[in-house]
Amino acid sequence: MQNKTERQKEQILRMSGVNPLKCMRCGKCSGTCPSYDEMEYHPHQFVYMVETGDIEPLLKSESIYKCLSCFACVDRCPRGVEPAKLVEAVRILAIREKGGNHMTANDIPALSDADADLPQQALVSAMRKYSK
Amino acid sequence: MQRIGVFVCHCGTNIAGTVDVKAVAEALKTEPGVVFSTDYQYMCSQAGQDIIKNAIAEHKLTGIVVCSCSPRMHETTFRKTAAAAGLNPYMVEIANIREQCSWVHKEMEVGTEKAIILGKAAVAKVNLNTPLIPGESPVTKRALVIGGGIAGIQTALDIADAGFPVDIVETKPTIGGKMAQLDKTFPTLDCAACILTPKMVDVAQNEKIRIFSYSEVTEVKGFVGSFDVTIKRRARYVKEDVCTGCGLCTEKCPQKKVPNEFNLGMDNRRAIYIPFAQAVPKVATIDPNYCTMLKTGKCGVCSKVCTVGAIDYKAQDEYVQEKYGAIVVATGFNPISMEKFDEYAYAQSKDVITSLEFERLTNAAGPTQGKLLRPSDGEHPHTIVFVQCVGSRCESCAEKGKEYCSKICCMYTAKHAMLTRDKYPDTDVYVFYIDVRTPGKNFDEFYRRAVEEYGVHYIKGMVGKVSPEGKKLKVQASDLIAGKQLHIDADLVVLAAAIEPDKSARPLATMLTASMDTNDFFTEAHPKLRPVESPTAGVFLSGACQGPKDIPETVSQAGAAASKVIGLLCKDKLTGNPCVAHSNEWMCNGCSTCEKVCPYGAITYIDKEFRMPDRTTKVRRVASVNEAVCQGCGACTVACMSGAMDLKGFLNKQIMAEVDAICK
Repeated sequence: MQNKTERQKEQILRMSGVNPLKCMRCGKCSGTCPSYDEMEYHPHQFVYMVETGDIEPLLKSESIYKCLSCFACVDRCPRGVEPAKLVEAVRILAIREKGGNHMTANDIPALSDADADLPQQALVSAMRKYSK
Repeated sequence: MQRIGVFVCHCGTNIAGTVDVKAVAEALKTEPGVVFSTDYQYMCSQAGQDIIKNAIAEHKLTGIVVCSCSPRMHETTFRKTAAAAGLNPYMVEIANIREQCSWVHKEMEVGTEKAIILGKAAVAKVNLNTPLIPGESPVTKRALVIGGGIAGIQTALDIADAGFPVDIVETKPTIGGKMAQLDKTFPTLDCAACILTPKMVDVAQNEKIRIFSYSEVTEVKGFVGSFDVTIKRRARYVKEDVCTGCGLCTEKCPQKKVPNEFNLGMDNRRAIYIPFAQAVPKVATIDPNYCTMLKTGKCGVCSKVCTVGAIDYKAQDEYVQEKYGAIVVATGFNPISMEKFDEYAYAQSKDVITSLEFERLTNAAGPTQGKLLRPSDGEHPHTIVFVQCVGSRCESCAEKGKEYCSKICCMYTAKHAMLTRDKYPDTDVYVFYIDVRTPGKNFDEFYRRAVEEYGVHYIKGMVGKVSPEGKKLKVQASDLIAGKQLHIDADLVVLAAAIEPDKSARPLATMLTASMDTNDFFTEAHPKLRPVESPTAGVFLSGACQGPKDIPETVSQAGAAASKVIGLLCKDKLTGNPCVAHSNEWMCNGCSTCEKVCPYGAITYIDKEFRMPDRTTKVRRVASVNEAVCQGCGACTVACMSGAMDLKGFLNKQIMAEVDAICK
């Protein structure tokens, strides 16, 4: 029987498709993060804490809502770890456990019309982060 | 009928762990032709070899099957054993029951069954083996070194020192390579030019060494011991044997706006130029892309000022043909392009530079005469940020970076940081690192000196973004140990760019049929035991063409490559490989297919007279194999439509017998 942390970790990894073992701890994600000072836990810590199974503090932290989903860390990570996807997965897990999104799906088309280049995941994250 | 002996090796537990060796020896006893079968713990040991020798004498064996490791490992050993016992070495066959059997299987039952099958195949082949006698080929006692950097220079000097003539082919107008561009060298901080230029002069003065500068290799034919090489000598529009290198033309040339590649474009040179003061050969070269005379036919200033009449605007590319016994590749490296790393603003700001550009900025012969000044405004920088691993260890971005560690950056960055603090103590120096990798004699001590004695700020973390704002470069980075994001207003940012093999390496590898890895580094014949030889016989590797290397390592590898070349050139004759292609002239239909597929040019077609059954003679066009050139790759035997071409030692009927034995 898996314990809760292991189950959470597996869910996060499956949802994000991220392999935190690829991380070489260079810290470029946190070096590039525009929201760094707003966050209690920083992008590289997300990667490390998920890897070691220290997930409870992340779920409770406001950091998951401070990530702008700008994907700078995904773009610049030399190892292709994609930390923002991990943050996103933790966010989804937190929201699932609380039950419910903040925006409704009907709000999405207007956002995607605004900028065609906006990553799809940013829209979905927005839905989960911001309430109407 | 052959009398075959089978020898099954335990290789300790390597084979015996997953293969029942006794059962294999027992099963093979009943195969056709087998008169003796045994097993032993280590067949390659002296005792094991004695078992084989004794069995040959005692049982009058005519063929041998050794069930052991890969033939790459010990085929030569067992062939020598057979030869010592008076048996033709080509009557020995190896059944690979280690790499291809015991190491890949986990269950004893499966492993044993497969080992028996592999053994049966080898026995079936030996039944059809015939003694082969290798031919001999001569050795041309001259070596070719491709690339005139420190690697090529050292290799050439060492070969020449042993008394063999050497030619160096260098694409640039001068030898010297990257080392000539450096300022100081780690870890002893001696000036690069002071230790390199005497070697360059040695090369120039050595009677055994010829330098083909401003030249490239365009064609390689032949094989180990006798390569036929074509060297293109690009027209430099200056007679090399007449020019005295006085440099007057390079001062008077009116075309002043040519980016100086030796200083990485940070200043300008003339259209006629000598790359640097200590160039070897010290001869001017006209850059045809910028010379007004060559482009429009109007100017001729250099010709007028030249007191010895060395200028020749009508010069043409020349091709030199030469024969060599051995070829050393020393094509070196280049830093990768920084253009695609948008986050570091290399393309946006002149004050973001690469480490090689930094070398030129601190070099007394560089664009600033050695004063460390910002390229944008010529002011002294007070805050300098060094970023390590730019493009190195970069797995996700194959189109911009490299997956490997470039090896030299940690040390040269420590050197740059230390020298900056030494010359300009009022400068704040930051080094952002992922790991500091300083294995090497006196290397870690050197890095620690930069921190402890010179007060360089080493910060564990990476720079995420550099944005030019006014005269400053805003650097945003993480400090992983403090758990902070840092914002530094820097005056100069230096990027430790990853290094990659020179672009000329890939086409050269094709010409030499030498193998390369996915990063275009030349592959060595064995990563540990044959590190300076290419798998292609007669081709040797020196310096960074084989992998990232610093100067001490390059020089030792260069010496090692030279010693291998000397070992080859010392021989008067090379024993060839008797497993070569052979054409059955009665079956050959003269279609030329084999000639086209042969990668070594070993097949030619001849018109030959044949006596027909009705006593008439008929001239037919048939394939003829040059056995000295043939490498036994077998491409022709597969391509031959009439089945005339066969490979000695690997005859079609032998291969089919093996397949039959496996399928039985």
